[in-house]
Amino acid sequence: MENNRRNFLKFAGVTVLGLGSLSLLDGLTSDDVIASAGQTSAEEIYKKGANALTAKRWGMVVDTRIITAAICRKMENACHQTHNVPDHANKRHEIKWIWDTEYKHAFPEKTDLFLAERFEHLPIPVFCNHCANPPCVQACPTQATFQRADGLVLMDFHRCIGCRFCMAACPYGSRSFNFRDPREAIKNENPEFPTRMKGVVEKCNFCAERLAVGKEPACVEASDGALIFGDLEDPQSEIRKLLKENYAIRRKQNLGTNPSVYYIV
Amino acid sequence: MLDKALKGSKSYWIWIFVLLGVIGTGFTFYLKQLDFGLGITGMSRDVTWGFYIAQFTFLVGVAASAVMLVIPYYLHNYKAFGRIMIMGEFLAISSMIMCILFIIADLGQPMRLLNVLLYPTPHSMLFWDMIVLSGYLLINLVVSWNVLDAERNSVPPAKWLKPIIYLSVPWAISIHTVTAYLYCGLPGRGFWLTAILAPRFLASAFAGGPAFLILLCLIVRRVTNFDPGREQIQSLSKVVVYGSIANMFFFLCEVFVAMYSQIPEHLDHLQYLFFGLHGHGVLVPWMWTAMALIVSGIILLLIPAARKNEAVLAVACAFTFIGIWIDKGMGMVAGGFVPNPLHEVNEYFPTFPEVMIAVAVYGTGFLILTILYKVFVGVKEELAA
Ligand code: SF4
Ligand code: SF4
Ligand code: SF4
Repeated sequence: MENNRRNFLKFAGVTVLGLGSLSLLDGLTSDDVIASAGQTSAEEIYKKGANALTAKRWGMVVDTRIITAAICRKMENACHQTHNVPDHANKRHEIKWIWDTEYKHAFPEKTDLFLAERFEHLPIPVFCNHCANPPCVQACPTQATFQRADGLVLMDFHRCIGCRFCMAACPYGSRSFNFRDPREAIKNENPEFPTRMKGVVEKCNFCAERLAVGKEPACVEASDGALIFGDLEDPQSEIRKLLKENYAIRRKQNLGTNPSVYYIV
Repeated sequence: MLDKALKGSKSYWIWIFVLLGVIGTGFTFYLKQLDFGLGITGMSRDVTWGFYIAQFTFLVGVAASAVMLVIPYYLHNYKAFGRIMIMGEFLAISSMIMCILFIIADLGQPMRLLNVLLYPTPHSMLFWDMIVLSGYLLINLVVSWNVLDAERNSVPPAKWLKPIIYLSVPWAISIHTVTAYLYCGLPGRGFWLTAILAPRFLASAFAGGPAFLILLCLIVRRVTNFDPGREQIQSLSKVVVYGSIANMFFFLCEVFVAMYSQIPEHLDHLQYLFFGLHGHGVLVPWMWTAMALIVSGIILLLIPAARKNEAVLAVACAFTFIGIWIDKGMGMVAGGFVPNPLHEVNEYFPTFPEVMIAVAVYGTGFLILTILYKVFVGVKEELAA
């Protein structure tokens, strides 16, 4: 019995040592960790300045009547440039925060055999919906993906363990994973926004870092009026007025995620 | 007791070194993955879990299946299983360790694994999975080691073990249930969004795990002086066939619901797996092979004369094990991701480095299993002498 207990303690010791060395490795390896001690934790990136834009619940309206392929390109470039989104040649490693797709892919449950002609090949911009009831936040085991009081679903790149549970949970394919070092594939680095490291997930953040300094999202600025950003809870806001006057749909509404992005059709 | 693993025949040591070689080779690929990132695997933005998580899911089942020995022996007083009980528990231990290694292999930032404990998040099923899995590993270590030690000293196992053994029954069920909950609670994944996922996981586990244990018993009988026993093996074969039939029944229930309701979100994945979708179907031959193996396994096991012939039994068990491995290890995970949430078809197939890393994890599991079984057989031989 004695012997036995000793063996067991030995085992427990080895286990603890093993786990301990994991965190030691953590300290020794990547520059990422050093960076996390410094300036780029989620709180730091999104710290609100004096002129920060605020809302009860941020939302977006996409006016598909204005959208063109050229506008989509502009928005995508604006977002990906602002956020240092890498451009990998291999499609499997692809990272995208905003992109455009056909109606039948954006709204697979609403496709129709006899769809209005305009929608057949209309590019529909898609990005994170900042769901009010986000399955990605529910799934994340480390709270690296979290929801802020103003509805934004954000990420802490330094806490993410890269399990990709959030990607399985997101019903919109809004998330990307860094299958390799993104820094090699960024052409013009924007020093205002942190680059990521390999092995973490990322997605559209509704430009929380720009809102914090009083700027509208980059894609909205580049959209020639096709994207309208505002407070969904404020009846006087521009997006609420638009939603009152126009018929709008949301992606996979039936799933109960309560997306904050509306599409006027 | 561990010293028993240090004395062995020449073939024992050859086997150990072969395993070490396999582990070493695979580990070099893992170092490459650490350096480059998970981009060396076949996974993509659309299929974000692949071979590693599939093996993890499969092995949780193998681990849970130890309960198929515990229940008859401890709850129904079926004494015959006492002889091989520890073999089942040791199999569970090595499977659990493989599960943990597969999780680590799958993480983008493995050094941050402890964040799961540093920021406990009860609304995440992964958090619960980590708790039940480590608990199950601990339970099996404590129970098997103490029971074996008592056996060696020819004394009955300590009384305090009883409640822990009883606890291991619901705990075994819980590990595979929580593992199913990782998948079946996700709103946008129609293939997994079924209440029968956890029961089906358990049924396939109770077929695959004992099938593997039978093969292990046959190997142990051949290479050592310890005979796990004919009756034991025959009883296990009945567990396998019950489990395998239940698994197929649950599967057919799923097929019925998807095909009869014709709801695309549910139907598309099955169609992809078995017939291909929009011209894509790398998994089609695999899925039909799996089904053929599982069904032939059931037929062989159902015929008493076939089942009682141990050569045929071995074949039937291998069929069952491999069939379930393909179905759960390839189809279940990849099938859930194709088509993707935007209804685009981007396929997945593991790459060579990915498979090598998985082989290394299996090598580690087999090494641990070999050492544990060596100790077990050593104790048995000592007692017989
Ligand atoms: S769209 Fe996806 S990533 Fe964005 S909040 Fe909803 S579930 Fe999360
Ligand atoms: S990949 Fe990162 S953000 Fe996503 S669930 Fe895992 S820890 Fe959370
Ligand atoms: S809101 Fe910001 S982060 Fe999101 S798509 Fe637009 S530019 Fe990109």
